[in-house]
Amino acid sequence: MSTAYPDTWHRPPQIIPNRRWRIAIQTGIVIYLILAISTIEVNWSRVYEGLERGQRFVMGFLQPDFTSRWKDISQGLIESLTMTLTSTVVGVAISVPIGIGAARNLVPRPVYMICRSIIAVSRSLQEIIVAIFLVAMFGFGPFAGFLTLSFATIGFIAKLLADDIEEIDATQAEAIRATGASWLQLVDYAVKPQIMPRLIGLSLYRLDINFRESAVIGIVGAGGIGATLNTAIDRYEYDSAGAILLIVIVIVMVAEYSSSYLRKFLQ
Amino acid sequence: MLRLIGLSKTYKTGDTALSDVSIDVARGQLVGLIGPSGAGESTLIRCINRLVEPSAGQVMLGDTDLAQLGTADLRRQRRRIGMIFQEYALVERLTVMENVLSGRLGYVPFWRSWLRRYPPADIRRAYELLDRVGLMQHADKRADALSGGQRQRVGIARALAQEPELLLVDEPTASLDPKTSRQIMRLLTEICEERNLPAIVNIHDVPLAQQFMQRIIGLRAGRVVFDGPPAELTETALTTIYGAEDWNAMRQGDEEQAEAQADAKRRLEQVPA
Repeated sequence: MSTAYPDTWHRPPQIIPNRRWRIAIQTGIVIYLILAISTIEVNWSRVYEGLERGQRFVMGFLQPDFTSRWKDISQGLIESLTMTLTSTVVGVAISVPIGIGAARNLVPRPVYMICRSIIAVSRSLQEIIVAIFLVAMFGFGPFAGFLTLSFATIGFIAKLLADDIEEIDATQAEAIRATGASWLQLVDYAVKPQIMPRLIGLSLYRLDINFRESAVIGIVGAGGIGATLNTAIDRYEYDSAGAILLIVIVIVMVAEYSSSYLRKFLQ
Repeated sequence: MLRLIGLSKTYKTGDTALSDVSIDVARGQLVGLIGPSGAGESTLIRCINRLVEPSAGQVMLGDTDLAQLGTADLRRQRRRIGMIFQEYALVERLTVMENVLSGRLGYVPFWRSWLRRYPPADIRRAYELLDRVGLMQHADKRADALSGGQRQRVGIARALAQEPELLLVDEPTASLDPKTSRQIMRLLTEICEERNLPAIVNIHDVPLAQQFMQRIIGLRAGRVVFDGPPAELTETALTTIYGAEDWNAMRQGDEEQAEAQADAKRRLEQVPA
């Protein structure tokens, strides 16, 4: 009646079953890490000097000066906000057709390939590189920034939207197809209701990414609050720079909270 | 009405789901399609409206061979075939009314469906169907706010909104409790009778099929191995379809389940409100 059942159990190794290989690979990783870290050169005296500058920066940050450069700051802010909103709207408007075209379950293969490559190009070019290029083309100012952010938005929204469309509940689409619906009707009735909350959520998310990015690309001349920040740092006006950073942080936080609230409301 | 001639389907993976299936379905006939999972019932139903492309054979609906049609013609012919799905397949975030009206998509131009401006006759008909399936007061609710049985009734209304000449029904009761299953089957059969509609019903529940269908087709490994009235569905017939199994025990199990249900219901009724 009584069989002797074992009273110990170990989780079998999941990735590399061979014990020797496992140990060899683990020690290999540790050795590589030690070697790699030891090749980093640190100039400690330079770090010490830098600490002092950092301290000045932090002190400026702690005593932000909103008033003396307020005109520049407010102008930069308005530029940035305009850039953010317009580029998000334009970017999303362009992303929607591209995103639909990049969904394997909706379009023929050639269309899919074309749309996926547009997305790949947009995603592989970092915002700053695009901004430098567009500033060279269209001159300094927010227009270059607007184009940069629109371009970056396309890669972001279209990719996530396409991935989402590929994961929709296929039976709902099947049911709509079975009624004799055309392709446009299929998109309108079976796809749109399934992805709309997500599209709105992504757009709001992209809105606050675009605002943060607008501060970064301003540094390479694409206008907005980034340009103001850059000028302030160039002039060693760390108190004004601190004020700008605080404003950016507050706006990003407000955007973050309001968009997460809206997303919850939309579900 | 519907004639399948030598219908075959081999998937890209090399699996043969249907081989040489020939069936005639007359107007008003209720055909139950039974067979073990994977015997090709689902594929058969989907080959008829070409949600799955058949590899060979003809699908004659009236005088048209559906297997030969181009995209535009296929769309037009799909309007004649209403389909009811397992797990309802309603568009969850649309309202009940939109789901029913989506049965009209094959008839209206894109702008009408996009702006939800359906012709008055379509809307009147949609209300009439909702009333028929007993969901009049739920028209403006979102489909995901309904219970399983209610959703399946919306599914039925959507299929009927097409004014179909044939109903394809894919496991209509798969996710419903036994009582709701019977209600749904009763509604389906009543509706088919009212409109003299033929229906092909893919169904896993053999007693349910015997109770409601006029004709039963048994599939095994993509071939028709039984075709006859429910009364002829003997133990031997079931064994050819499903393989050896103690069918009496299963019937008994079914009776037991029914008894248990009745018992539970009695007890519920006894509980003072």
